[in-house]
Amino acid sequence: MAIFDKKSKEALADPLMKNNPISLQVLGICSALAVTVQLNTAVVMTLAVVSVLSVSNTVISILRSMIPGKVRIIVQLSIIASLVILTDQILQAYMYDISKQLSVFVSLIITNCIVMGRAEAFAMQNTPGKSFLDGLGNGLGYGGILISVAFFRELLGSGSVYGYQVVPDSFYAAGYQNMGLMVLSPGAFIILGLIVWAHRIASGVEEE
Amino acid sequence: MEHYISILTKAIFIENILLAYFLGMCSFLAISKKVETSIGLGFAVIFVLTITAPANWVIHNFLLKKGALFWLNPDYGLDGSNTINLSFLNSIIFIAVIAAMVQLVEMTLDRFAPTLYISLGIFLPLIAVNCAILGGSMFLVEREYTFMESTVYGFGSGIGFFLAITSMAAIRHRIRYSNVPMQLRGVGITMLLTGLVSMAFMAFSGIDL
Repeated sequence: MAIFDKKSKEALADPLMKNNPISLQVLGICSALAVTVQLNTAVVMTLAVVSVLSVSNTVISILRSMIPGKVRIIVQLSIIASLVILTDQILQAYMYDISKQLSVFVSLIITNCIVMGRAEAFAMQNTPGKSFLDGLGNGLGYGGILISVAFFRELLGSGSVYGYQVVPDSFYAAGYQNMGLMVLSPGAFIILGLIVWAHRIASGVEEE
Repeated sequence: MEHYISILTKAIFIENILLAYFLGMCSFLAISKKVETSIGLGFAVIFVLTITAPANWVIHNFLLKKGALFWLNPDYGLDGSNTINLSFLNSIIFIAVIAAMVQLVEMTLDRFAPTLYISLGIFLPLIAVNCAILGGSMFLVEREYTFMESTVYGFGSGIGFFLAITSMAAIRHRIRYSNVPMQLRGVGITMLLTGLVSMAFMAFSGIDL
């Protein structure tokens, strides 16, 4: 099948590790960190970004020969904005509580640089199938980092994983305390810094 | 008056748009390498946020909010028989307003204050896609601010962004010759430093006006 030729595989797999959008391309950090206090919001946010990114890539790629070069940014922006509104409405309809917790951050996917970046750098030159895979890969690469930040923040900050308590009560009885810092915003910056460091050591990339 | 000062200090220090809500991180990471450019971007953000916040308030309250079209026909109002709620269009309209405002500001500055225009340079157009600007507008809708409150909030958030980015640029300038581990250079160390700066700003959270 054409989907599994080399280039498609690269489009899907590269952003997961070798060319991760957050830790290596440094795109789209905005609008993401605020939802990483708990795992469940981070997972929903990841789903939202993955669906917006893969669909917007596909749609823009289908329309790529029809979009005039001079106004392409505004066309891309309106496609992305419509998809984000759609996602937001679906979340409000079916997951109202989580959508309240995510508050403005779902709408802020519009200005997330990853979505525009992939549309401009990949979808405008490639076929819809490949663009879909590229969007999926980048969304998942982004979500991977988001979920790992959320995992550590929830584990260290609240002693639970996905809402289930994992630190046993006997630890608390022996004097163990949750790290309040992790729930606050500095915790997100520090955890993300450490994850980026670990990721770059693992993939052997150096700045400059 | 005290109420407005309280919103201002809250927007600048306690709920800093960058350090507490992580908005505008992309441009923050890219620009904070140099102090001069950070000051330029900081001023541009203050400027645009102060203008777009009240502009989007007007759009939201007289066009998009549930029942906001009452001035067109009482039927469309909150108690009318045909209440219209366009608030799902908020984000797409806001981004258009922001882009238009940035364009307008650019043209006005070019005409009347060319020196400022040249010193802001490329940062002004780039601001249209800065999440801090859209985030500011979304927050004022969520918190149901009044017109004056949103103007003050926009101005305060801009100053908060300015403070965060210039202090970060100064720190990054200072560590240029430090021996940072190879893989930590760039984003990694900047994130850790931002964490420390953000922790320092946390100290303001006890202040209640």
